[in-house]
Amino acid sequence: MATQHSRSAARLMMAPAVILLLGWMLVPLTMTLWFSFRRYLPLRGGDLGWAGFDNFTRFVTSSAFWPSVQTTLVIVGGVLVITIVLGVLLALLLDQPMWGQGIVRILVIAPFFVMPTVSALVWKNMFMDPTNGLLAHLWRFFGADPIAWLSEVPTTSIVMIVSWQWLPFATLILLTAVQSLDREQLEAAEMDGASPLSRFTYIILPHLGRAITIVLLIQTIFLLSIFAEIFVTTGGAFGTRTLTYLIFQRVLESQNVGLGSAGGVYAIILANIVAIFLMRIVGKNLDR
Amino acid sequence: MSLKRVLGATTALTLCSAAAAFAQDTTITIATVNNGDMIRMQGYTDQFTEETGIGVEWVTLEENVLRQRVTTDITTKGGQFDIMTIGMYETPIWGANGWLVPLDDLSEEYDVDDILPAMRDGLSHDGTLYAAPFYGESSMIMYRTDLMEEAGMEMPDAPTWEFIREAAAAMDDDANDINGICLRGKAGWGEGGAFITAMSNSFGARWFDEDWTPQFDQPEWKETLSFFTDMMNESGPAGYATNGFNENLSLFQQGKCGMWIDATVAASFVTNPEDSTVADHVGFALAPNKEGVEKRGNWLWAWALGIPAGTQKADEAKQFIEWATSKDYIELVAENEGWANVPPGARTSLYETPEYQEVPFAEMTLNSIEAADPTNPTVDPVPYVGVQFVAIPEFAGIGTQVSQEFSAVYAGQQSVDEALEKAQAITQEEMEAAGY
Amino acid sequence: MARAVSTRRKTIATAAAWGIGLLVFFPILWTILTSFKTEAQAIADPPIFLGFDWTLENYRVVQERSDYMRFLWNSVILAGGSTILGVIIAVPAAWSMAFVPSKRTKDILLWMLSTKMLPAVGVLYPIYLICIRFGLLDSRAALVAILMLINLPIIVWMLYTYFREIPGEILEAARMDGAGLKEEILYVLTPMAVPGIASTLLLNFILAWNEAFWTLNLTAANAAPLTAFIASYSSPEGLFYAKLSAASTMAIAPILILGWFSQKQLVRGLTFGAVK
Repeated sequence: MATQHSRSAARLMMAPAVILLLGWMLVPLTMTLWFSFRRYLPLRGGDLGWAGFDNFTRFVTSSAFWPSVQTTLVIVGGVLVITIVLGVLLALLLDQPMWGQGIVRILVIAPFFVMPTVSALVWKNMFMDPTNGLLAHLWRFFGADPIAWLSEVPTTSIVMIVSWQWLPFATLILLTAVQSLDREQLEAAEMDGASPLSRFTYIILPHLGRAITIVLLIQTIFLLSIFAEIFVTTGGAFGTRTLTYLIFQRVLESQNVGLGSAGGVYAIILANIVAIFLMRIVGKNLDR
Repeated sequence: MSLKRVLGATTALTLCSAAAAFAQDTTITIATVNNGDMIRMQGYTDQFTEETGIGVEWVTLEENVLRQRVTTDITTKGGQFDIMTIGMYETPIWGANGWLVPLDDLSEEYDVDDILPAMRDGLSHDGTLYAAPFYGESSMIMYRTDLMEEAGMEMPDAPTWEFIREAAAAMDDDANDINGICLRGKAGWGEGGAFITAMSNSFGARWFDEDWTPQFDQPEWKETLSFFTDMMNESGPAGYATNGFNENLSLFQQGKCGMWIDATVAASFVTNPEDSTVADHVGFALAPNKEGVEKRGNWLWAWALGIPAGTQKADEAKQFIEWATSKDYIELVAENEGWANVPPGARTSLYETPEYQEVPFAEMTLNSIEAADPTNPTVDPVPYVGVQFVAIPEFAGIGTQVSQEFSAVYAGQQSVDEALEKAQAITQEEMEAAGY
Repeated sequence: MARAVSTRRKTIATAAAWGIGLLVFFPILWTILTSFKTEAQAIADPPIFLGFDWTLENYRVVQERSDYMRFLWNSVILAGGSTILGVIIAVPAAWSMAFVPSKRTKDILLWMLSTKMLPAVGVLYPIYLICIRFGLLDSRAALVAILMLINLPIIVWMLYTYFREIPGEILEAARMDGAGLKEEILYVLTPMAVPGIASTLLLNFILAWNEAFWTLNLTAANAAPLTAFIASYSSPEGLFYAKLSAASTMAIAPILILGWFSQKQLVRGLTFGAVK
């Protein structure tokens, strides 16, 4: 059906988007690569010359590197598991007939609209503060000692905050998928005496597979670069320093742009490994 | 570069002609921190605009964000700001790099010699002033006189750490939700890092020896950190590992702290009956030392206004700085808000004003400021300047990472020894990367 | 009989859903409530839920300190401008991917998505230097462009999935009737894709509105949006819960209201081709 003519037209129409993104990727990337081979210390007078692979070795041999990779994976993984599990349950619940479904849906999606900075500030001060936070009041009400959330269980706290922000997104996508379930098939299974659990495992879950991979992909992209939540709450202390945050510390706090850029190159490589891995899954799923 | 200038000028011209209906000649952009005194100053800028015809645009940011913004801008010569609010750490480094306009031609009536010598030294490089102090501070003990009395103790004017620890334990009262002592534990070189560094001076510790070798493996550091952690675990608030200036201020104002050792500027907030529930029961004393060590645990800091080199509006910016850090401005605030609320710690004449001498914390503030010696901060000699920081470009990064390790001790995640070992390694790593 | 069961089930489902819904929404509700309290009531122990003296004082203080409308206006321009620009660039690309697919279409799509993984901090200095070079610091134009580029992959992908759901026969029928490429897009495709485009616009408006790294680092006075507004309230001196709540409410209210009013479109469109 596609003629030669429409093919070249198609290419032309795709060009602006592709060229822009290529530029957006290549220009900063080239500059980052260039910096990563330089001794670039802005506070010492700027570009101090060729550094070879020094920055690259220094970045990985630093005691902070592996812990930060680990923290990144824990936070991303934790949020993914929580949002997907709770998202599936919540989607199934919201799919039930009930009164006021529209309002409940409004309540559930609200956190998605909140700026990350605001949500981090609100959680940190008004909920997790060990003296005046609401959770501390709650703990005291039950006679327990309040938890100092951000210093005692810092990674968990950040995972909680981020999960709260992303749960609505997962729920919504999964809800649309649940709603497209084949009702007759479900009813037939029920007639045949299939337990709710086996109905879930054999009919619902496979049907949601595609939606789950989409949630996985989109959220991973955004979660790999979370920054505000850490900057506001712990500032990278207590083992909450992710790779992104480590680069931030190298570039802006230590003012070592060369070292930070080398870190940036590593982060890009890591992100692409994750991306290829994810896209294998999603790519398969996109084909149906 | 010149093309950019032309572009900038054209844009500015277009903007100006567009705004020509309003009769403002120029507008300067000022980056500042969201502290109370700065916010008060923003309220008075209309007066400055009226007097001079110069408009002022404020960019108010939280301290950490501000540092990140202005540092990026000054190192890349971005030119987004005509005045930057910076501290004693940045000013000498930036001044040495030629990034700030020297403030050596301030007017006669400004009376630059009136600036407190400690502040002037800290904001100069090679004897040239690069930023004018808006307010200055040291640190001191603020304590609850009523609780102290209840505990049957009396605060000396210059207590030791041993006394403080004893008093904290005596004042601590979990049943009534009162913590014996509140101190900064929050990670960040300007937060908990500043406190523990100043404290370490009074235990005889130092960051580097004269060859720039980190000193965290020395017994003085271990003693400092152990003492701090033990005392805070005995009598400090829950979760103190995340408490900074602000958190402690609000705890103190709510009556939840027996003692608090922090910035002298806080004195005016804790004695202000509008915000503080304990305003009538606050006493002051010099920051403590370890018995037998001559240095005390107080720091020296100023928030100052500097002009980035390369701005087109250096003259207007200077005019603003002269206005904002003048004696007249202090009087303006005193007239409208009372003497207790004027920006403290910058000018000698303020402390000679009879009305100000009646303010309860004035004398102790001045004594604390005068007791700090940035050029000679430690017991053993050091190659650096700065009491609660080390005035080298790499320090912000190192200091923050080290204080993160310390905060992990406060949170019970690692031992004092582990933290000091890591601190030593981090500092060595970074100093090597910087080429020391 | 069946009816009775379903009523019971419905009651349980309603109770559970409302319970969870309120729990998820609670932090926002609490922030809004706190913004109307005095500072002392904001930290009262035990916490006060409704029985406090409602006051607008915090909003007055916040407004006095910073010109809210200017930040709001910048947010609207940056989020709106970048989204519209992005959609204009993305529609043709998504169209050609959906209707004239080649072997490489999917690779291009996935590659586009991978550009989103570029860590922003890592390229701060390059971008900052470029902005200086072209005199674009603190300008809305630069931020519109950057926010557009950040979200472009998502926009292309969302549009692509909507376009693919449009049956090809309709296009063929239109071509039979002699419609050219232009007519085909304008009169046949666009009307069918309106719901998809609407939800794409909405989602990306929200993403751009909440973007806090670039908007904070590349602006000073002229182009600063609400993310910068919030940055001046994050830890002021003394008691600040009520003022922080007021500032937070002001920063999120516009987008919250927009989101609620258009939630049907948003929900309908938020599938990313997941449902099929």
